[in-house]
Amino acid sequence: MATDQNKTSAPPVRSWAPVVGLGWLIPGGGHFLLKRTGRGTLLLVSVLSMFLLGLMMRGAMFQPQTGDILTTIIYVGGFLGDLASGLLYLLATWLGYSQPDMAGHVHDYGTKFLVAAGLLNILAMVDAYEIAIGKKD
Amino acid sequence: MPKMNLSHFEASLLFALFASVVLGVITKRTDSERLRYGLRCFAYFIAALVGLGWLMRLGHG
Repeated sequence: MATDQNKTSAPPVRSWAPVVGLGWLIPGGGHFLLKRTGRGTLLLVSVLSMFLLGLMMRGAMFQPQTGDILTTIIYVGGFLGDLASGLLYLLATWLGYSQPDMAGHVHDYGTKFLVAAGLLNILAMVDAYEIAIGKKD
Repeated sequence: MPKMNLSHFEASLLFALFASVVLGVITKRTDSERLRYGLRCFAYFIAALVGLGWLMRLGHG
């Protein structure tokens, strides 16, 4: 059957979990672990710069909220995006960064920069995963 | 942590720059392809930025 032919064995978790885990905690960390130092450095600099710019623009961190579907998507999605920055997010919150959501384009950009840093880190983690399982060079 | 005030254009430019670097790094297979793709993404970001800016200005009257 076609479905049987399409089935491929999943790569062992031990081959990619440390890479993805480190990539989450430290942006570019998965690439460093895989000896892709140049690419890891570029990812680290980009995600770190975006996160720090978000903090300096006093962007707000999302807290998960549920309610109607739009509220849930925005707040839970935003929280997951913030959380994807890994250690940067954890350090910022542990060190007491708590910016209320304020009006103004600079704060608004800051909030978007913080979420985008996490989303870019997710892309970096996916790339590290693909390298770890041998799908990419 | 110092506070930073950026204009719309400056903030969008920085966003485009860092997003393009990451997209370039993770997408292609060779370094020259990555560089070209990153530059192309940056150019698309800037084109969208200028285009949408003019659209909003013209739409606003």
